[in-house]
Parts: sequence; structure tokens; C-alpha cells
Amino acid sequence: MPSLTFVHPDGRPETLETGNGESAMMAATRHGVDEIVGECGGNAMCATCHVYVDDTWIDRLPAISDDEDALLDGTAAERQSTSRLSCQIKMTPELDGLVLRLPDRQV
Amino acid sequence: MVPTVSIPTPSGDSTAAQVPIPSLDVDPFSMEFFANPHPVHEVLREAGPVVRLDKWNVFAVARYAEVHAVLNDPQTFCSRRGVGLSDFAKETPWRPPSLILEADPPAHTRTRAVLNRVLSPAVIKQIRDRFTAAAEAKADELVAKGSFDAITDLAEAYPLSVFPDALGLKPEGREHLIPYASLVFNAFGPPNELRRNAIERSAPHKAYVEAQCQRENLAPGGFGACIHARVDEGDITAAEAPLLVRSLLSAGLDTTVNGLGAAIYCLARFPEQWERLRNDPSLARNAFEEAVRLESPVQTFFRTTTREVDISGFRLDEGEKVLMFLAAANRDPRRWDNPDNYDVTRRTSGHVGFGSGIHMCVGQLVARLEGEVMLTALTRRVRTIAITGPVKRLFNNTLRGLESLPVTLTPA
Ligand code: FES
Repeated sequence: MPSLTFVHPDGRPETLETGNGESAMMAATRHGVDEIVGECGGNAMCATCHVYVDDTWIDRLPAISDDEDALLDGTAAERQSTSRLSCQIKMTPELDGLVLRLPDRQV
Repeated sequence: MVPTVSIPTPSGDSTAAQVPIPSLDVDPFSMEFFANPHPVHEVLREAGPVVRLDKWNVFAVARYAEVHAVLNDPQTFCSRRGVGLSDFAKETPWRPPSLILEADPPAHTRTRAVLNRVLSPAVIKQIRDRFTAAAEAKADELVAKGSFDAITDLAEAYPLSVFPDALGLKPEGREHLIPYASLVFNAFGPPNELRRNAIERSAPHKAYVEAQCQRENLAPGGFGACIHARVDEGDITAAEAPLLVRSLLSAGLDTTVNGLGAAIYCLARFPEQWERLRNDPSLARNAFEEAVRLESPVQTFFRTTTREVDISGFRLDEGEKVLMFLAAANRDPRRWDNPDNYDVTRRTSGHVGFGSGIHMCVGQLVARLEGEVMLTALTRRVRTIAITGPVKRLFNNTLRGLESLPVTLTPA
């Protein structure tokens, strides 16, 4: 199973195993990563699963959809060029080792 | 009445269809059931992953996994044949079908995108201050009163003080809003007395709503005007816009009223949770969410099968109505620890109180905003919430809530 590292706002890294086909948001909520809320349960509606993708990984993710792009305009923490919704990042073997930085707030 | 069922084999197994689907003779649209649905929910969950309800000749799912799966497979479990008991392929709907709720992709995709943008997180940010100020004013007024009805004076009064304005409705006639929504949710049920009575008395409410959906009746800047503006962009037709406004009028108020009522009811019955919330008001949003999970203001919806399908090893034919017990799924012990407990710190992500998948409640962000700011305003001013009179249940074929909840607040 691909592993994934969340970097908390204070810089502390937390690495966790993801399940088969699981999204980064689901892995986070399953492991109790507090900074990911995921109010809409991964249905791309709430923008409370916002993450900043590490620079070295950003180009390796699939492109942003129009829906995700519109939602990212409403994130609580500032949107940056590396902003994504973690429920839209499906963990695959190619993403093993992915690094996602957590914003300081989601609502 | 409760048949024993072996753990079903996964679909694809050739023996799958040989285990009969358990039949139950419960009526989930009866007054007895509405008075206390939880024991029956448990029977439904434990009887098997799919059950048959003889009374209304439908199938039902009540476990989290199956409810979630049905919600997330709109191709197999369609909405265009109605999300109530009535099958639009066989019966004429009581009103023109909704372009969003009672629609499937690809038709649904375009109208949904319009509402998604009108109620997006970015839009919610803009209305936040206004909704917060109104909640603060309401909390001041209620604390000064001390004793009042938490349903009429709070759960109804607060959303009524913000939502119709946000939509851009005229001041006149707003008393039709809650009766109209209550009619819509009763109409999803079977042809019982609740539904018959609601439809019989529907004419004035329908006439009001129809008029308010027209472009010229909606104030500039509101959600309604924003929907009509999409006609100019070519996203929807002029004939579609009023029906999309109607969706907000049907679904945007009564649900929130019952959600807020549920939150106050929970916080009054679980004083240690109120204490926890008072000590950390940042939990207000989650406290509202947890009330929506536990009480599930919207209890059920139907889908119709578009083909022969296996649900957890049980075979259903094409054209069958499937009743999803959202409320039972939200308390399924297979998914939730201590499911009957109200816990303001619970990780609620994944509950189906707002649905799931492409039809998930489009107004969820507005509902959460209203819940969060109202509860936050109360935590700052109130020490205790006590129930001080008889609690009266609301009876509706789809909604669960209270008609009356007398409370007394002691100031902080
Ligand atoms: S969980 Fe709601 S947008 Fe990702």
C-alpha cells in the first residue's frame, strides 16, 4: 500500500499507510489527522480537506477538475499554487511517498 | 418477525440469489414508528443487508455500507423515477419533478453545477458575517427571555431571520415556506394520511412558491437572482431557472430547522457535552454535525433500480423501489462506535445525514454555517439548557424533528 506523509502546520511530519484506492482525505480521517475535516465525506463539496502539495510532487498529480478549482477558491486558509483537495487525490502506487502540507485551518 | 440471515456472500457468487431476502411487516411510515423508530431501525439492520417491506412492496437498506453504496451508484439506483415511494414511470408526480433531486446524469450534472456555484464555499464566506450577526442578536434575545420554545423561537426563528433574505424573497407570504417544505417531505412518503392531508391543503403554498421562483420576484444579489443570472450565461434555460429556485425553497429551510432543533435537543439531553462545548466553542460546528448524524433530520429517501442488480449478494429486479434508511445508517454499530451517544468531538466525516454522492445536499454549507454560528452564540451566553415542559414530536413522512421543545436557559 502506498504511504503518505502529512506535514502538520508546526512542521511535524506524520507518515501513514493508505488503503487500496483510498483518497488522501480518507486516509487522514481514518488515522485521526486533526487538520483534515472532510465535512462532505469526500464528495468534493466542502473544501475542508485542503492541503498544500509538496513542490516535488505537485507535477506528478492528475490535473485539477473545474469543480475542484472552483472549490479551492473557498478554502479557509489561503489558496496557493500547490493547493489541492485531498479527497480528490486517489492514492496509487505511483504516489507512494507523497508529501502533503496541512493548512492551519479548514473552516 | 426477524428472520435469521447468514452473512451474505459477495456478489458474483452463483449461490448468491438463492438466499431469500428477509421480509418484514413493519411500516416505517406509521405514527407508531415515527414516535420511536430506533428499535425498528435495529431490526432492519440486523435482518440483513437488504430487506423487503411487505406493507409498501419495496426493498430497503438500513446498514451504513449498503446505504452508502446505493447513494454512490446513481447509474443503478436512479432518481428520475422519484425519490419518494411514487414511481414516476407509473404515476404522475404531484408537482413537476425537480430538475436536480429527481434527475440523473447527464441532465443532473448541468443543473447541479449551477447550484454548486451559487452555494459554493466562496459564497458562504461572503454571507458569514451577516449570518453571525443575526445569530448573536437572536441569542441575546433568547437569553433575555430565559424560557421559550426552542423549536418555534430558535430552530425556526433563526433560519427564518437569515435564509429567506439570503435567497432574495419578498417580505410578504413567508409563512408559506415551512408548510410548503413540510408538504414536499410528506409527499415522498406513501399514500397515507400524512401525505393525503398535506397534498389536499397544498394549493396556497404551491401558488406562493411558484410565484416567488420567478425572476422579477427575487431581490438582486440573492441566491435566487444568482440562479436566474445563469440563464444569461447560457448554463440553463429561462424555463429551468424557476424550478432550481424552487429546490432551494423546498429543501433549504425545514431541514435546517430540524437540524438546529436536533442540536438543541441533544445539548439539553447531554449536559456534559454542552459543558464540553462551552469550554471549547470551536467545537460548535462539529456539535451541529454530530446532531445531524444522531438525529438525521432527513430520515429516508428512495431510489429505483435501473437494471437487475445484486446488493451484497441479494438479487433485485429492474424497476424496484429501494428505501434508504439514512438515519439507521448513521447509527449502524458496524460503522460508528457508541452510535447512540451524542459526542461533540466525534469524527463525523462520512455520515449520510446530508446524503452522499452526486445528490448530496447542495445546501449543506449554508446549513452548517447556520448551525455553527447559532451554537457559538449560545455557548458565549448560556450556562445551562434545561428542558422544562413536554416535548412534542413532529410527524412527517421524511423529516424527523420536534414540534415543541420548551427550555429554560440560565445565563453564563
Ligand atoms: S472532503 Fe469535502 S471537498 Fe474534500
